[in-house]
Formats: sequence, C-alpha cells, structure tokens
Amino acid sequence: MNILMFGWEFPPFKTGGLGTACHGLTKGLSRNGAKVTFVMPIAPEGAQSNFVKILGADKFAKKIKIHKINSLLTPYMTSESYETKYNSLNASGKQEVYGKNLYEEVQRFSATSGMIAKQEKHDLIHVHDWMTYQAGINAKKISGKPLIVHIHATEFDRTGGNPNNTISNIEYNGLKEADLVIANSNFTKQNVIQHYKIKPDKIKVVHWGIDETNYGEKYKSPMTQKDKIVLFLGRVTIQKGPDYFIEVAKKVSDNYPNVKFIVAGEGDMLPRMIARSAELGISHKIVFTGFLQGQDVYKAFQTADLYVMPSVSEPFGLVALEALKNNTPILISKQSGVSEVINNALKTDFWDINEMTNKIVNVLKYDELREELRENGSKEVQKFNLDTPAKKCMAIYCEAMHQ
Amino acid sequence: MHGNILRGDAPMTNICFYFQVHQPFRLRKYSLFDIGQNSNYFDDKKNKEIMEKIAKKCYLPTNKILLDLMKKYEGRFKIAFSITGTALEQFSMYAPEVLQSFKKMSDTGCVEFLSETYYHSLSALFDKKEFTQQIQQHTKAMKELFGQKPTVFRNTELIFNNEIAKHIEEMGYKAILAEGADHVLGWRSPNFVYKPKTTKGMKLFLKNYRLSDDIAFRFGNKNWESYPLTPKKYADWISPIMGDTINLFMDYETFGEHQWEDTGIFNFLKQLPYEVFKRKLGFQTPSEMISVQPKDQLDIHNPISWADLERDLSAWLGNKMQWSAMQRIYSMKNSVYESKDEFLIDAWRKLTTSDHFYYMCTKWFNDGDVHKYFNPYDSPYDSFITFMNVLNDIAFRLKIETKQNTQLQTTNKWIKI
Repeated sequence: MNILMFGWEFPPFKTGGLGTACHGLTKGLSRNGAKVTFVMPIAPEGAQSNFVKILGADKFAKKIKIHKINSLLTPYMTSESYETKYNSLNASGKQEVYGKNLYEEVQRFSATSGMIAKQEKHDLIHVHDWMTYQAGINAKKISGKPLIVHIHATEFDRTGGNPNNTISNIEYNGLKEADLVIANSNFTKQNVIQHYKIKPDKIKVVHWGIDETNYGEKYKSPMTQKDKIVLFLGRVTIQKGPDYFIEVAKKVSDNYPNVKFIVAGEGDMLPRMIARSAELGISHKIVFTGFLQGQDVYKAFQTADLYVMPSVSEPFGLVALEALKNNTPILISKQSGVSEVINNALKTDFWDINEMTNKIVNVLKYDELREELRENGSKEVQKFNLDTPAKKCMAIYCEAMHQ
Repeated sequence: MHGNILRGDAPMTNICFYFQVHQPFRLRKYSLFDIGQNSNYFDDKKNKEIMEKIAKKCYLPTNKILLDLMKKYEGRFKIAFSITGTALEQFSMYAPEVLQSFKKMSDTGCVEFLSETYYHSLSALFDKKEFTQQIQQHTKAMKELFGQKPTVFRNTELIFNNEIAKHIEEMGYKAILAEGADHVLGWRSPNFVYKPKTTKGMKLFLKNYRLSDDIAFRFGNKNWESYPLTPKKYADWISPIMGDTINLFMDYETFGEHQWEDTGIFNFLKQLPYEVFKRKLGFQTPSEMISVQPKDQLDIHNPISWADLERDLSAWLGNKMQWSAMQRIYSMKNSVYESKDEFLIDAWRKLTTSDHFYYMCTKWFNDGDVHKYFNPYDSPYDSFITFMNVLNDIAFRLKIETKQNTQLQTTNKWIKI
C-alpha cells in the first residue's frame, strides 16, 4: 500500500511532539508493509530516513513559479507569532524570501500538493493537522484517492478555547472533506464532535505508541544531591498550562523546602513565566532551560523525581509516555488523551492547584510512593509500541479504500 | 464435580452458612492543606449514601428472607454472621432499621454471631495487644446488642496461621475459621474438621471455596457452564458429599449487591432450604461443630486469607506504600493512647480497618482492574496520599513526628511480603 502523507516536521528537525508522532507512525507503517512518501514544507538536509521517502514541497514550489519556499511554517505557530518572526527577518533584510503571512504559506504548501499527487504513486492520502488539510484536499481532487485527516490537536486545544476563525475554518473543511478522521484520543474525538459537529462514526481513535527503544543509564545530575526535582517539559504556551505550574511551584516550595523546578521549553508565555516566578519570590527555585532536544530531553527526565504535565487541553501527550520510558513518575492533567490510557499516574484537573500541590508534596515526601509510581508506570508503558497504532491505521486505510 | 468423595449410607453432611457483614469508615478527600486545619477525616456523606444503598439492595431484603425462613422451618434453618463494629456503628447512624432486623433475626435463636476485631483490622499481624483489645471490644458489642458471647472466632479476611490460632485459643475460643486454600489442604478435603497444629484442642473450620464461590462469584455469570444455578442443582451437588460439614462462607453483600436481584439470587436463597431438607440434609452453625473429632492437624506457617487467587496477604501488604502506611499507623499507637484523646483514639482505630490498605493495592492496577467495590479512590496512589495526610494530621495533633523509614515494629517475626 502506497501512502502519500503530508506533514510539516520530521526528526531531527522538530519543535514539538508532532514530529515525534509522525516519525513513530511512519516507522510503524513501514514495518507493517506500507510505503510512505512524507511531504513537508522544506526537507532540510539530514531529514532522511531509511523507512520513509521524504519530499520537500519547496522542490515543487519552484515549478509553480514561487521563487523560494524557505517556508516560515512551523506547526505550532500562531498568526501573531508568525508576524513576529516575519518582522524580525524583515529587519535582517531577508523579507523577500517569505510570504507575508501564515495563511499565504499554508496556501503555498497546498498549491504544490496537486503536482506531487500527480507524480507520486499512491493509494491513499493521509494528512496531519490543519496546515496540511488543504494540501490533502487538493491532492484528492487530482488523484481521487481516499483522504484520511488526522487530528492531533484542534484549534480549541492550542488556543485554550479562543480559536482563530480562519484556522478553525480550515480545520473544519479538512474534517468535512475527509473520508475518515483519525483522532489521537477519545478526548480529541469529543472535542471534534463538540466543536465541529462531525459524525461520531466517521472519527476513529488511534492512541499513540512509543518507540520500544530502551533508554540508557540513569543520568545523575548534581542538582539532585540536595533537592528533589519537579519537571515541566513542553512548549511554554497557554495550551500546556505553564502558568499553573509556576503557581504550583510556589505552593510546593512553601510546603517542601528542598525542591527545585525545571521548566524546559520555549514559547510565547516564557517571559511572563520568568516574571511571575520573580514576583512569587521563587526565581532561585526554578531553572528555565529553553528548548531541549535529543539526549538532553532524556537527561531532564532522568534528573526529575516527578514530571508534571498540567495541560489545559492535551489531545494526547506523548511526552508523558517518554517520561515513563525514562523511569520518571508522572502527574498529568485529566484534560489529556494520555490519561485515558495510563493508569499508573497521578491525575488532577489542570486548574486544581491545591490538589496538584497535595500530590506533588506527597510524592517528594514519600520514597515508597515515588517508587511504586516509577515501578508500575515504567512497567505499564511497556505495553505501548509503534506497531499497534500503525496496525490500527492500516485497518482504517482499508476501511476508507472500501467505502 | 467438586472433587468430593462419594459415600454410601453414612449420615448426611450439613451446611454451615457464615456471612460476613462489613462496611469501613471511608475517608473523605483529605488534602495536605487540611493538615493542622481540621480533623474531619471521614466522608460522612459518602458513607451514608453507600450504607443506605446497600441497606436497600441487600441488608433489608435479605434479612427479611432469612427471618421468614427461620420462622418457617422452626429452628431447623440457621446461620452464622460476623458483623464488624464499623458496620454496626454505621447501621446505628445511617440505617437503624437494619440493626433492628438483625436483632429480630437473633431473637429467633437461629443466628450465631462470630467473634472478630471490632475494626476489621490487620492487628493480628502487627500488634497482639491491639488485636486482643479490638476482639474484646467486639465481644462487648455482641453482648450488648444481641445478648450473645461468641465462642468461635474468624479473623479479618479469614487471615490465619499457627500463631493466630494459638493466640485465639489462649483467649478462650473453641474454634476458628479459615480459608480452605488448596496449598495448605493438599489432598485433604475442606469438608472435615481439623485442628491447628499449634493449639491444644482447637477446631479449625475451612471454607469450601468452590461451593461458596459458586454463589458469591459465579451465580450471575451467564458464561458459566453451570448457569443458571438453581437451588435444585445446587442441592444435588451437595447431597453426595461426604464429610463433617460444608462450609459456605461469603460476604453478606453477595445477596443483592455483588449479585443483583435480577440474577435471581433472592429466589435462590428462598428456595434452597426446601431443596436441602428434601434431601435430608440440614443446617448447622460453627459452635455446633466444636464437639466434632478433628480428622487431622494442619500446620500453617505463612498466613493465608480468603482474598484473590493468591489467598495470601498481598492484597493488603503487597507493595511498599501499604507497608509504609501500616508501619506508620502502628508506630503511632502508643502516642495515640497516651494522649487519652477519645476522638483521636477512635479515629486511629477506624484507620486500622483493612479496607484502607486494600485501596492501596497495585496488583491488578496495570490492567485497570482496581479493587473496585465501593472504592472511593481513582488510584491506589490517591488512596495512599489521603491516608498519609490523615496520619500526619493525627501526628500534628499529638505533636509528634512521623518518622520516615522507621522499621516496622511487629511482635510477629513470621510476617513476610
């Protein structure tokens, strides 16, 4: 089976969980006999893989008379942050390279898809999140093959409930035009039903898996000698609830003095978070590391006594599985897809600062609680792999092709 | 079909029914921020709701059926109950009519009450003095409420071993109940009376778990090969069995709660005595079997219980959280008693109830299969956190430190995980 897949990031070049997810999915699909062509806005040097053919849309963009497609597209960009980036590039004199706004970039990406669909042999089109939806619709117009729209996050998740209308319209169109929709959790499926009134039986749930690789020796950070460590790792944006984490950090410090917090990640809320921790008088308790990748991510997990994911709306939350893979106990918000599939975790509502504090302080205080969470959590995460979601996707492909 | 021996024309084997009646005082969501602020540990609302629900579904209708049967068969239909102190207190608080109906049944003379720890605790394993006191407190309640002094003992969750048997004999009991676990019985049948090896002349009555579980667990299971289980079929299974007794021990909540009314469990109970008497079998209570000569003596070193497939202690002491919680609560005992603070003493004792430790069990949590029955927690971890917060408030009230990682003080060296 030949799959034409449109995405926008692929390791090692990624800014969030979506690249990891696409990598895992294509790897799993190839093991199960599918041939995947993965199209992204630009295929950076080094973004090659032995199990998937990677195409940069920029190569095709030339033929459709757009000079360059050094696209500014990154998956989690909001319209505003696009402008900021555009303006900063503008100042450095590179402005002619890029389109004026995010939507233009999306259109530019979409415009290439018809050509790609003509050239690349495929039985089915599979697209990931709103920026690729129009590309998928265009490709389907050319080849007439079934379109699978994968939803990793809705605009409602990303914006904490204040959607950008243009984006939610694009999202709606994709979901409507799709032959079948894949949601990464029941949580996401419910959001899609609620916000876009898509028929429930058109939406299939495929929970993410995680690579079976085992992580190396436990990293020992000098930070852990005196203090217990609580970790936040993710984009510092409204969706991920970093503001709740900072408030909790204050309360935990008040009740358990020998603790330090790590905030690993970047995002538009970072300056505010740094300011807020100063305001609360806990600047000396929090380390802001910026964006981490590769081994540094594992080191951060292995340094931590607890990973906290206070997301306001987390469609899945693959990073929680990565934490468990690194033998780190987790506290996750109930507003997450991953809380549907992991039992051996602490769970609270994202807004419940007192309950989060209650749980964190007890985890720090009692070794036996930490050890049981660690032991049972890392055992439970073993049941996740890349084959299960890939097989479910294959079954969905078959269903779409026989409709 | 139950692996029992067929016999000729020896006297028929009687049925011994014993039902366990227990409800714990469940804790409310007690957080870190409650410590030192308030000492409202128990979830009165939830405990009331659960008690009212079970009273309606199980205790009241089943008591009525049993009372009618006792009257109808004029002394020939009899049963044994063990009712915990925590259940009795909640009857008085939330469902006094249940207590009345137990008294009415008791007045027929067809009910025997067994002895156990008032708080349904695991004190037998950790603190003999506390164990003894809780048994005495329970005996006092039995005398006051039902005018009976129990002569037969059953320990919490049927936890049993040589040491416990010896201690119970020293307290003056004539017999003790235990699980008829395969790994201690071997080739022996649970349908005879035994003697614990460490006792002088105490009798040991073992649960026939196959026949008990046919009612308690399998009754309403439509995939079970013997479904539907009729009184006639069940009596046919029992009548050829050779032995001193067929001990059918189970939770009383089996009737109407574990097995809902629509499974036909009430009709089964109503008609069973008729089928039993028709086959010239009868009913007996534990104290009536005290004079039976034991067939053999049993040497049971590692504690057994009636829980799960393992039939060991792992449901309450299977992980580090459970051990730690257990260790801390018993290490606080002396300070609690020395405080002479009645509220704290009462709260501390209610915290010794086995259910609090059962909720912390992680054994099947990987499969999402929690110890579900009226479990107030989302996870074993939440249960541990709440329990430790409560202990920390008690420690705060007592102005003592709850020491981390102190060794568990136990008088019994034989306890192992």
